[in-house]
Amino acid sequence: MKSYLPLIIGMMAVTYIPRLLPLITLSDRPIHPRIKRFLLYIPYTALSALIVRGIMQSGNIGIPITLLGIGVAGMVAWFKGGMVLSVLTAIGTTFVLFVIL
Amino acid sequence: MEEIEQRNNNGLKEGVISAIPVIIGYFPVAMAFGLLAKTVNVSLLDSFLFSLLVFAGASQFMALDLIKAGIATGDIIIATLLLNLRHIMMSASLSVRLKESKKKWLLFIAFGITDETFAVASLKKGPLTRAFLLALQGLSYIAWVSGSVVGYLVGAVLPMTLQSSLGIGLYAMFAAILTPEIRKSLNVLILSIISGLIYFIIYYFHLLPSGWDLIGTIILSSGIGLMVLKDEEEVI
Repeated sequence: MKSYLPLIIGMMAVTYIPRLLPLITLSDRPIHPRIKRFLLYIPYTALSALIVRGIMQSGNIGIPITLLGIGVAGMVAWFKGGMVLSVLTAIGTTFVLFVIL
Repeated sequence: MEEIEQRNNNGLKEGVISAIPVIIGYFPVAMAFGLLAKTVNVSLLDSFLFSLLVFAGASQFMALDLIKAGIATGDIIIATLLLNLRHIMMSASLSVRLKESKKKWLLFIAFGITDETFAVASLKKGPLTRAFLLALQGLSYIAWVSGSVVGYLVGAVLPMTLQSSLGIGLYAMFAAILTPEIRKSLNVLILSIISGLIYFIIYYFHLLPSGWDLIGTIILSSGIGLMVLKDEEEVI
């Protein structure tokens, strides 16, 4: 079998460096309030984009069921709260729908 | 001293609990990675090293695809870099909230920044402590690495219906993190709508090459947010 070590090391470097550099260069440094606000918006914009990507790339499960599963998680989180409960409910719903339909 | 110790203990416990949905999502996906690696003739050791050293789900799956297609090593590495650019923004965002006096810990914390651990950590209530992050990321990492090996060795994955449903769990987790924030803040609702729309448009019309779509959406929508939103003076 071929060794993929050079590829793995290269991929490690280009994965680790983007994760590391901003963290070590920006932490404990005074940041302009506008830039700080920009950075604090990122969790929301990143999450929303990731959710839409998940729906668009839902693969064999299909967009409607994916939407329903994610929607159920959102509903549970909205009315009851609790991440674990939301996720388990969504998994259960998706599974049942997937088996029935 | 006692107070710091107490806070770290709480952080550790919180981190373990927060890791549960990530673990549920990671393990079956990692198993699928292990099995797929085996089918494209990657050795068990290399499959293990992929997950141990790279720890990036989407990149690892892409790499297997490209290996299968016979793409050169350098090109796969460049494609991986593009795919991981989004983590620049996530890492920068975490740096604002993380108060860590010992720089050496940042080396570990940075390694564990994935979409999922970032999502959980960045919107966590209260102080973002090292103990919390290391517990969350460490357990997620263990699930990822062990799942890969198990998938390879067992040579089978869970039934497709179950695996896909568990995979949806990760996106359900994103929704479960985001909706309570939307409920609390109009700004968050607006940001989410802007970002979701922009991603949809970029994706649907192929406006950006793949790899640039997420970082492009994040920069654009956060930038628009900066221009159109008034600061709510929230304690985030």
